[in-house]
Amino acid sequence: MQVKSNIFLDYASTTPVDPRVVEAMMPYFNQNYGNSSSIHYYGQQAERALEDSRQVVAELLGAQPGEIIFTSCGSESDNLALRGVAFAERRQRGAAHILISSVEHHAISNTAYQLQDLHGFEIEIIPVDQFGMVSLNDLASLIRPDTAIVSVIHANNEIGTINPITEIGEICRTRGVPFHTDAVQGAAHLPINVETLNVDLMSIGAHKFYGPKGVGALYVRRGTPIFPVLTGGGQENNLRAGTHNIPYIVGLAKSFELAQEGHQARLDHYLSMRDRIMNRILDKIPSSKVTGHPIQRLPNHASFVFKDVDGNTLLMMLDAAGYSCSSGSACKTGDPEPSDVLLTLGYSREWALGSLRVTLGQMTSSNEVEGFLETLPNLVQQVRALKY
Amino acid sequence: MSSNIQDQNKKGHAQPPRVVVAMSGGVDSSVAAALLVEQGFEVIGMMMRLWSEPGTGQQNRCCTPDAMAQAKRVAAQLKIPFYAIDAQEPFYNHVVKYFIEGYSRGVTPNPCLICNREIRWGLLLNHALAFEAQYMATGHYARLREESGRIQLLKAVDRSKDQSYVLHVLNQEQLSRAIFPLGEYSKNEVRQFAHRFNLPVADRPDSQDLCFLGEGDYRAFLKRNSSQDHNSGLIKNHQGEILGEHDGLAMFTIGQRRGLGLSSPDPLFVLEKDLERNELVVGTKEELEQYELSAKDVNWVSIEPPVEPIRAQVKIRYKSPEEWAVIKPEENGYAKVKFDRKIISITPGQAAVFYDEDICLGGGIIQTIER
Repeated sequence: MQVKSNIFLDYASTTPVDPRVVEAMMPYFNQNYGNSSSIHYYGQQAERALEDSRQVVAELLGAQPGEIIFTSCGSESDNLALRGVAFAERRQRGAAHILISSVEHHAISNTAYQLQDLHGFEIEIIPVDQFGMVSLNDLASLIRPDTAIVSVIHANNEIGTINPITEIGEICRTRGVPFHTDAVQGAAHLPINVETLNVDLMSIGAHKFYGPKGVGALYVRRGTPIFPVLTGGGQENNLRAGTHNIPYIVGLAKSFELAQEGHQARLDHYLSMRDRIMNRILDKIPSSKVTGHPIQRLPNHASFVFKDVDGNTLLMMLDAAGYSCSSGSACKTGDPEPSDVLLTLGYSREWALGSLRVTLGQMTSSNEVEGFLETLPNLVQQVRALKY
Repeated sequence: MSSNIQDQNKKGHAQPPRVVVAMSGGVDSSVAAALLVEQGFEVIGMMMRLWSEPGTGQQNRCCTPDAMAQAKRVAAQLKIPFYAIDAQEPFYNHVVKYFIEGYSRGVTPNPCLICNREIRWGLLLNHALAFEAQYMATGHYARLREESGRIQLLKAVDRSKDQSYVLHVLNQEQLSRAIFPLGEYSKNEVRQFAHRFNLPVADRPDSQDLCFLGEGDYRAFLKRNSSQDHNSGLIKNHQGEILGEHDGLAMFTIGQRRGLGLSSPDPLFVLEKDLERNELVVGTKEELEQYELSAKDVNWVSIEPPVEPIRAQVKIRYKSPEEWAVIKPEENGYAKVKFDRKIISITPGQAAVFYDEDICLGGGIIQTIER
């Protein structure tokens, strides 16, 4: 069989690299291939590309160039933020209490639990409402004098809900606690100005916004206590050792620029298709629900649960029918477990196992969406009939 | 069958038929998938996630992470999609329970038969059909032939690899969906195919043990998973003389010679497991030999259920030689099998499978012997 050109509806998992980004990256593989730490001409050219990129990212975030740390991915940025600040806060003022929401990406939650298990930090969970949104009152009551860091996801990858980051940031600032947000999903679609959002640390990863995989960045507000996690040379203001990955850093800057400059123009493209998907699925598929917030959600993101449906089997059938989608808990080994996030939102196992996430891309057409909407109800019915 | 489909394809049908291949990561199912791709099918690879005992660290041998990774690599190389299907609970409910219950009833069950009927050609076939596949293929060595409106199950051309014994449980509906691409080839030819397709040539480790036991021992497994069967009791002979003690009937199988802990001038074998008295009955090789067995749940896979007795060759285990016998059908799926000569080690719980030369006629489960 020939490889079919399936319709990709999983842009929250990753995106293709924009050709303009590839073009920007190319010279740095074999022409300007210097090590930015070198004294010579090659090193200077590489350093210039590095600092130009840093400047671009800083401006887009409303930050200073010195506040941008390049990393290898969004997860590394999350690790650096949580570990780096937790260790520094404990060293500086004995603060060993960490607050994270119950809907964090595993890069945050598993890092937090390791800090608890191996390093003696105390983790507390900020509860969310039925839409996965952090409650400001709960947050305010949970912050303590010894809270080292608060981390709340900007827009959730599984359910698309956008948290009130500006308000959370204000509370944290008033209480003098560093505030981190994982904006890996939001960066592709929303303005993420660090001043507007009141954040002290913010993670992004390039491959979510048509940049390459394997490069990310962390914004660290000047004056925030933080230790490096990856130790070695003095790169990245002594916060992240390792020879700079110049082509990828250039790629991140270029793709972030394209994403942030174009997001307003793409909003209608996304919203009309997203809302059509949500309305149509609720209408056509019995025992279906939208997960996450109906409005305060990523513009390209529609997510659902179907009662008594094996979500993994549904994804496989969709794939075989020509549509690449995702669920809350991606599982490729046939050992399904319901997603923590959906259980947290109060869905029972029989609902939570039947999750589906449809995320749109810049090139997604309404024809593709219509084809998908024609196919899906039938497949849900087939999975439900597949009893054993 | 497959050649018909090829002919249809050549006639220019726009949509090639879709077939799901049950993949294990081993050479056989990999070659089966590659042959079907080459024949123009739209192929989907699937692998079932089967049950393994929690807390033992043992993986089910049919779906270890290594096996799954290998199957995925083969699928990617063949440019076919690959899906892992969760079958843990149904596998436990149908296959593992059958195994545990069989031993507690004093028989030596063959859970692979149940797995073939209920899981591979049940659950997985249902998935294949739900994925709108017309066919399901496996790397089994067996052949199919259509004969006056009925699909017959035939032995593989390579007799040493023939697996019709474990497939005799299938029905016509299942067979109408089945393709066995390897049935016409020898193992050697399959290895050559693997070379030609540049596929991994390693076999899954060939083991007599059951997949869900991992590397473990079935006796230890039963001790952990069965409430009965490990009370010690007496070992007697047919004359009622006490010869020793056993440490649980489940630890023994009919015909077993080793591990009895008895000293006797003639070698002694397990003849019978008397569940009511919790006694193991042993005797000489001559006493182990029998002319007759009774089978239940008889499935006539390739022919209409006969009314009159028929002569056939019978296998009483997967690897045992064939013996001539007369099979007398009885009511409610029972049959009496009368051998031409005395047969050793007829084991209740195993299958007796009937053949007419190449044709696998059917078979049934050997019942506890009445003496």
